[in-house]
Amino acid sequence: MNRTANAASNTGAPLAPPIKKRGSWLKRWDAPIAGYLFISPWIIGFFGLTLYPMLLSLYYSFTNYTLMEDIKWVGFKNYDRIIMHDDKFLQSIKVTFLFVLGSVPLKLIAALLVAIVLNRAVRGISFYRTAIYFPSLIGGSIAVSLLWRNIFGVDGFFNKMLASIGIDAPGWITNPHTALWSLIMLSVWQFGSSMVIFLAGLKQIPADLYEASSVDGANKFTQFWKVTLPMLSPTIYFNLIMGVINAFQMFTSAYVITNGGPMNSTYVYALYLYERAFGRYQLGYASALAWIMLVMIVIVAVLISWSSKYWVFYENDTGRGKRK
Amino acid sequence: MITSRWKQATRHVFMIIFSLIMIYPVIWWIGAAFKTNADLSSPNLFPKQWQWSNFTDGWKSIPGHSFTDFYINTFGLELAVLVTTLASCSLVAFGFGRLDFPLKNLWFSMLMMTMMLPGQVLIIPQYAMFHQFGWINTYWPFIVPHALAAGAGGTFFVFLLIQFVRGLPKELDEAAKIDGCSWWGIYWRVVLPLTKPALVTVTIFCFLWNWDDFLGHLLYINSVDKYTVGLALRMINDSQSGLQWGQLLAMSLVSIVPATIVFSFLQKYFVEGIATTGIKG
Repeated sequence: MNRTANAASNTGAPLAPPIKKRGSWLKRWDAPIAGYLFISPWIIGFFGLTLYPMLLSLYYSFTNYTLMEDIKWVGFKNYDRIIMHDDKFLQSIKVTFLFVLGSVPLKLIAALLVAIVLNRAVRGISFYRTAIYFPSLIGGSIAVSLLWRNIFGVDGFFNKMLASIGIDAPGWITNPHTALWSLIMLSVWQFGSSMVIFLAGLKQIPADLYEASSVDGANKFTQFWKVTLPMLSPTIYFNLIMGVINAFQMFTSAYVITNGGPMNSTYVYALYLYERAFGRYQLGYASALAWIMLVMIVIVAVLISWSSKYWVFYENDTGRGKRK
Repeated sequence: MITSRWKQATRHVFMIIFSLIMIYPVIWWIGAAFKTNADLSSPNLFPKQWQWSNFTDGWKSIPGHSFTDFYINTFGLELAVLVTTLASCSLVAFGFGRLDFPLKNLWFSMLMMTMMLPGQVLIIPQYAMFHQFGWINTYWPFIVPHALAAGAGGTFFVFLLIQFVRGLPKELDEAAKIDGCSWWGIYWRVVLPLTKPALVTVTIFCFLWNWDDFLGHLLYINSVDKYTVGLALRMINDSQSGLQWGQLLAMSLVSIVPATIVFSFLQKYFVEGIATTGIKG
């Protein structure tokens, strides 16, 4: 306010009229032009690196594009071959769905339960949070995948531990029945980032809800089902959607730890896409695979968001929100 | 009183055991990095003999190169990507957060949609484009997208910064405008300095995600002299004949040190960043 007054007194004249006069069209267009200039990097990126590539890949998916030869339009042949005659496609779909179904719920349940315990243990929360978050921090790196490959190998640390308590276990990553589980465990180990989101969500729940429910005679268990879960459901929903989208695209650990094996038991979709596109340079075929993946992810995301109206609770749907 | 104290104690015991289980693999990793190949298959946490040569030999285990080169490459790439990301994302966020322009809501909903878009749909066409530009085996496929707010997590960062900019009091802009500040001046002198905490969050996650962008590095970088640390680790891993696990685990351990340092100094920003935007760590 002071500075405004100074500016006016410095010019020694009323401030508003001269500015209005000077190019009123410029004044009117000042913000829009500046606005577009400021967001121009993103607009260029959106058209050049997102929208155009998407259309390009849709076009490729109907061709036999290989980077080397001339592009030839083949119609629906790629899609037909993938859906009707491609065993590896079916295998990779199966593996990917198993991975998503195994890792996402386990991860969310672990994150939720630990967040609830941690939310109550007030002292030392930052130490526990650090220890539990640390795997998420490093888990996406190739370094941890290499560590996992060693830990779950035939002679690996995990089996030595089991042997020392008398369990004779197979080589986790060399056995087709267990290899995917070692990847799922690596993913579940990284539940820390979801947990931090849940912790933030738990802090948002008003304490008077718990007080009111305990006055009504609810025990801890009922409070969990009737207060904590409904109030946290928007956060669960968000974590679920993002977790599913990420799990569908899992690549690094499958590539490094098992490379799809043994017997294709960890052959996730992204690995198949990678092999078709950059192992055999069948970019047209791989583009069709990518679009099928996108459609699958969209369908699953739509199903989850459709289901959300039955289980996600928004505060302003209720009397409580309206009363404010 | 006593029962509640007991409850508190059980909770702490549970949390301590649980935390130990969580970081146990990392503790084992630290020990294993010092073990000989023979010692590695023992369940002991720490080696019989501390084998420091795992680090010195591992550092030079790729003939003709040392990890010094790979770290210089990786940090150079990180620096370029961080600078371009901070510049582009803060500009875009200021535009969305502070200015009014036609079709703003449409663009904003497009931004939100690209945030959810699975990146793997774009890999093949982007590769084909960059191949045509002659950018294979250069760092341009990483730098250019980040300069256009479209790199790994770019839209996430824009979104995070928009939320932050919207929270700053608008009176500041108006005061600056009356003082004769241009929009650029408001961005540079008023908003940007106040956005510092959010910019730190962006820096952290941009650093981490690019450090771990293994698939991207795998696709675009072919020659060993341009390799990043992750690619070098994979190269040791792939040399099947007589794989030195001790050396590999030692070098892997070193490769998570930067992330750990960043985390331990800036933990506050981490937790806030994840909690407010739901960014995956």
